[in-house]
Amino acid sequence: MAEAVAQRRERESGDDELLARLRVGDAAAFEELVRTESGRLLAVTRRILTTEEDARDAVQDAFMFAFRSLDRFHGESRLSTWLHRIAVNAALMRLRTRRRKREEPLDPLLPAYKDDGHHVERFASWDDPAEKIEQAENKALVRRLIGELPDSYRTVLLLRDIEGLDTEETAKLLETTPNAVKVRLHRARQALRTLLAPHFKRTSP
Amino acid sequence: MTCRECADFLSDYVAGELPAGQLATFERHLAACPNCEEYMRQYHATIVAERTAFAEEPTGDIPEELVRAILAARNSR
Repeated sequence: MAEAVAQRRERESGDDELLARLRVGDAAAFEELVRTESGRLLAVTRRILTTEEDARDAVQDAFMFAFRSLDRFHGESRLSTWLHRIAVNAALMRLRTRRRKREEPLDPLLPAYKDDGHHVERFASWDDPAEKIEQAENKALVRRLIGELPDSYRTVLLLRDIEGLDTEETAKLLETTPNAVKVRLHRARQALRTLLAPHFKRTSP
Repeated sequence: MTCRECADFLSDYVAGELPAGQLATFERHLAACPNCEEYMRQYHATIVAERTAFAEEPTGDIPEELVRAILAARNSR
């Protein structure tokens, strides 16, 4: 506990020192920030955008925005957390400017119910998910299937379940209501479950 | 509670945000309905699968041209 507190203080004082150098325009500090953070931010924008070019451009957008906004950062969060949110936003902005293809309806991937409210489908058991999920080819499969979800659902799923944003933050970035985020997240997970089912179904008796 | 209502509660349930009264009704339904119990397990496994799929991504591959482009863009402001 005491060690965790000490580590946090050390990180925060590292942030303070770097921020002070950034604010006076120290070129080495900018380079340090870019070299330390770009890899992580690029991973974020690659998750949201589909082309490498867009992902890299979004990281550049994010840094330009951050450099311009340094005076408005008052240490409410860690510097890395602040940059992460900016990168998510930069990626979403780029996603919006791309020509949008018409979104397929999600309904066929959601569970169907009888008139009495019971499930139509009887769900076949899955293989031990923990074991299955750890396999490299299944990680790639899950990423590909998430990519098949319509953008409005895929982005909510990524922001909430992967990027760790809360409902309110997600709603703000996606310019929608917290309730819409909750509904979309639930539907996106249900749709992904349907897509995973044929691959994770128990094959042995 | 019907299976449809049970499924609607899943998201709040996995987030630990289901109020006590609804939680008891939800858990009673799951105990009596193996199909919903299986669905709940798979819903949960789906979330774990998402997180696992994106965990441990390499972040060391910082393209040098990107770093240079960012620093050059800053200098040209």
